[in-house]
Amino acid sequence: MWQKARLVERRVETASATTLVFEPEQWDGHLAGQHADIRLTADDGYQAVRSYSLAAPARDGRIEFTVQRVIDGEVSPYLCDDLPEGAYAEIRGPVGGWFVWREADTRPVMLVAGGSGIVPLQAMIRQRRAVASRVPFRLLYSVRSPAEVIYSDELARPSLNGGLETSLLYTREAPPEVRRPLGRIGLADITAHGWPPEFEPACFICGPAGFVEAAAKILIALGHDSHRIKTERFG
Amino acid sequence: MSGLTPGFRGHRRIESDRVPPGQYLTEDFPVLSAGPTPSIGTDDWTFTVVAETGERHVWDWRQFAALPQETPTADIHCVTRWSKLDTTWKGVSIDTLLAEVDTTADFAVVHTFDGYTTNMPFADITDGQAWVVTEYEGEPLAAEHGGPARFLLPHLYFWKSAKWVSAITLHDEDNPGFWERAGYHDYGDPWLEQRYQSGW
Repeated sequence: MWQKARLVERRVETASATTLVFEPEQWDGHLAGQHADIRLTADDGYQAVRSYSLAAPARDGRIEFTVQRVIDGEVSPYLCDDLPEGAYAEIRGPVGGWFVWREADTRPVMLVAGGSGIVPLQAMIRQRRAVASRVPFRLLYSVRSPAEVIYSDELARPSLNGGLETSLLYTREAPPEVRRPLGRIGLADITAHGWPPEFEPACFICGPAGFVEAAAKILIALGHDSHRIKTERFG
Repeated sequence: MSGLTPGFRGHRRIESDRVPPGQYLTEDFPVLSAGPTPSIGTDDWTFTVVAETGERHVWDWRQFAALPQETPTADIHCVTRWSKLDTTWKGVSIDTLLAEVDTTADFAVVHTFDGYTTNMPFADITDGQAWVVTEYEGEPLAAEHGGPARFLLPHLYFWKSAKWVSAITLHDEDNPGFWERAGYHDYGDPWLEQRYQSGW
């Protein structure tokens, strides 16, 4: 069940998101989109547990999470800033058999991310790349500003992303060349950058509850079958 | 546990003997569901009980509203680790819905308008332990929280309290539901931390 996992690498992704790479004692792999529990223990035995999405396929026995720092949070600031490299946390997982993409499913994929909701969707993009899948992916990623785009370098490199089309939807601040007006995701965004319903895409939406609710409503209004839409909400 | 997460202190939330192990208290009411929120009008709404014999009982919205209503207060515990104390609801006890049903079933499956299911022993939904609720905190239940009606089974993890509930079917055998087949525990007692099937 619980096993010790050593923090082997920490990568700052944005001002508020950090990737942590752990080396568990034993890891038998996971599906893209699954999460795992991380348990922290204080000297007096007090414990806190949170679930985090796995951000990439396991590689060389290592797994990674991207953690968004929650102001005054109990666990995320410690993970992002304080857990020393080389130290151990406890991990249990993988967990969740629903919000997952399997490469055997050859339908086109539409990923809709709000903020740090990108993490399990990026795991799907990385899994697609790792197995050299040719399933066409489209990602719509709503984010406040360019500085808050997690995985921005990786998403911007065409050589890594053949068959993946990424559309960034800025809500507060955008680079000058962007012509889309600032604002929340809307019908026009999904019409312009998503898959039409007749392509019967597998749809994955992840983000804050309000964002997921809005995006799912748009997909339904466009005629997407609700059984092709999987959602994961937080906050 | 020396060497584990050095320097971690935690927030020392207020201890309460009403909070099961591994849970933390929240004042919010987070929304968790696997797909889009369905839109179900009360004109189209019905609730159905099907016994293991095939005997069916169906109520429409007006008939359901005319049944004796109860106002349970309950502590709820989500498998994603938040707990919320003293939530108040209004709805119909499962005992009322089963009053005319002839059954010796050992298990129940709760069904929803969006096609999900969740299972539990029959003994867990009788004797004032479960309801079909249509109000939360004195207001009609919002669609995102399962409105017009959700199942309420507060002594098990909250995924068992299915949103957008449409029916209960009674069975002689256990039939694992949607989340239970997707890796969650078959029973889901929060006090025993029965979160996941073993092996997950």
